[in-house]
Amino acid sequence: MSSSTDPGHPDPDSTVASSRAERPVSDRGDTVCVIGAGASGLTAVKNLREAGFGVDCYERETGVGGAWNWRHDRSPVYASTHLISSRPFTQFPDFPMPDDWPDYPHHSQLLSYFERYADHFDLRQHVWFGTEVVRVEPVEGDRWDVTTRSTGGYGPERTSRYAAVVLANGHNWSPKLPRYEGLEQFRGEVMHASSYKDPAQLRGKRVLVVGAGNTGCDIAVEAAQQASHCWHSTRRGYWYAPKYVLGRPADQVNDTLLALRVPLRVRQWLYHWTLRLTVGDLTRFGMPEPDHRVYETHPIANSQLVYYVGHGEVTPVPDVARFDDRAVELTDGRRIDPELVVFATGYLPRFEFLKGQVLGDEDGSGRPRLWLNAFTAGYPTLAVVGLVQPDSGIFPISHWQSVLFARLLTLRATRPERAAAFERKVRAGLGERYSAKVKDSTRHWFEVGHADYLRALQRALHELEGVK
Amino acid sequence: MTVERVRVVRSWEWARPERPARREVLAAVPEREEAKPPLLFVPGFGHGAWAFAEHWLGHAAGRGFPAYALSLRGHGGSEPAPEATLRSYTHDVTQVAASLPRQAVLVGHGAGARVVAHALARYPARAAVLVAPVLGGWATFGTALRRNPVGTVPAVFGAGLRLHRRQLFSRELPDADARRHLARLGRAGRRAQWQLLTGRGPEPAVGRPPVLVLGSPDDRVVPASALIRAAQRYASAPLLFPGMGHDLMLDARWREPIDAILDWLDKDPASAAG
Repeated sequence: MSSSTDPGHPDPDSTVASSRAERPVSDRGDTVCVIGAGASGLTAVKNLREAGFGVDCYERETGVGGAWNWRHDRSPVYASTHLISSRPFTQFPDFPMPDDWPDYPHHSQLLSYFERYADHFDLRQHVWFGTEVVRVEPVEGDRWDVTTRSTGGYGPERTSRYAAVVLANGHNWSPKLPRYEGLEQFRGEVMHASSYKDPAQLRGKRVLVVGAGNTGCDIAVEAAQQASHCWHSTRRGYWYAPKYVLGRPADQVNDTLLALRVPLRVRQWLYHWTLRLTVGDLTRFGMPEPDHRVYETHPIANSQLVYYVGHGEVTPVPDVARFDDRAVELTDGRRIDPELVVFATGYLPRFEFLKGQVLGDEDGSGRPRLWLNAFTAGYPTLAVVGLVQPDSGIFPISHWQSVLFARLLTLRATRPERAAAFERKVRAGLGERYSAKVKDSTRHWFEVGHADYLRALQRALHELEGVK
Repeated sequence: MTVERVRVVRSWEWARPERPARREVLAAVPEREEAKPPLLFVPGFGHGAWAFAEHWLGHAAGRGFPAYALSLRGHGGSEPAPEATLRSYTHDVTQVAASLPRQAVLVGHGAGARVVAHALARYPARAAVLVAPVLGGWATFGTALRRNPVGTVPAVFGAGLRLHRRQLFSRELPDADARRHLARLGRAGRRAQWQLLTGRGPEPAVGRPPVLVLGSPDDRVVPASALIRAAQRYASAPLLFPGMGHDLMLDARWREPIDAILDWLDKDPASAAG
């Protein structure tokens, strides 16, 4: 199906690689390029293969699993990472996790799940490991030139032309570090949560954990167990949901309400009421009152944080104002003297191999303007897979995004009028949101509610297929 | 091909996941790896993995196919499950299929074919084979009532469906063997039996697997017309093996249907369809 146009041509000289005219391009025909062999990339490869497409997948690391492969230098997992959403919400819809696994599996189980997925569907033969993507450029005919080289910049660059591109390069690998006055003078140890791997790093130290995402809360809990003291700094009050309510994983209870079509207001009320029954009013521990209702920020599922706060092992503190050489000043004027500061302040999605304008991000703000968080206007053969921050598992979403994209590519050949109608929908729907009103931040712009999102995706799939 | 709705949102299934159950899986794996796809045999109601372990597993392995058979919950050596539903059985099949090292071919016999049809919507099988399929519905009930009223009427009231010897085996099968097999028959869950008649039909298969239907025109559980209907659903015609009973894998001439299945798979129908 695919062939190199000029197999005898020598590898391009790196000095002329930037001028397109002189760069040899190997034409890969109808083949689709997938960037990344993490969870989202793997499911894209599998679903495109299933739809009959040839696939070249480029992976900068030497194994599959992306963020969930602890061997990878960009992997954010730490020794105790467990799933936040329970198994039924996290597994691929057509490849169940073993039912004798726990409700919230460990990250090593997740990796073995992805490795088995890759072997089961024979995906590794399509993956070029140790290869990173340098540039992705649109060319005429809705096709793409993808330039790659060995990870680390060794060796020559190679450019191949593809019929379509799937971006599945993940969004939890480029740490986001907030700026603080005086941070350079601070003599204590400072790290981002991405470098946190093991509770031994906290043992016996006075630790300040900044950030109340799921990672920040996990690290605060481990600091409560290991460190000599733990402060936990949060910008605002949050809802700390337990992982189990009413004897079942909390997200399963929540989806029971969704299945019964209980309206959001009622669900919020029920949720507040359940929290009042279990952990009670958190302001009595000195934690700020949430400035939003539940379901309006990314949910934090942590049964242990409040427990340790109640035992005095975690001291909740407000936001950091500034650092000086030996202390941290908080916004309420208090000064604390941690030896180690862990910034669990999240990650930013990055697509440095692609011009921002392609994803509708002209001003370089790092926020693409997409429809269904996946499709961009004017480039019908490009899809982003897995760029979502769901209140639930991400892998089923990646699965359905790639199924939708594979159907779209098929219909471009067989029913071009349907593909054109889809393109019009993309243009009309750019920037659409799929959740209750959420707090605006770099973290929450791609937050989606899993039920709202998947319903929208199901509608798009049915319209594309022409079923009513 | 008709366009069917794909289901993305499954709130109830997410909210109420199927209870795990200990499952019996019997295997016969060829001595040398031959890059042939694994087969997963799914027995029908009342039968267990033993029905395939008798002849077909070994024969398939002898021809280079890694062969596995499971007992649905409540059957054979699996955990008792009187409250099992078709969904529980489907869960058992997708669980075992996903645990195999490579993408599997699902082979369902009798009502196991209905379970396989459901599983095809939840697992992208490489191919599927429906052997003497009981796909359910009221026509199935009519046939059962006409052919075997004594065994069928109590099943309406929650008892196990009983099949008699002449329905399952041809006269060629030695008496001792037939009695031995009959003694091992169990029963399916009460709710699953009802769902076979009244439950929602299978959703469209994922991953476009090629489907082969085969059976016997002399089968006294599944009439030839039902075989033809089943094959039409998957746009093909049934392969027929005259003179055999419903239990093709246990009958005297068990070798012919399994060889036909393996020949079909050797032609790699998946790549032809793709």
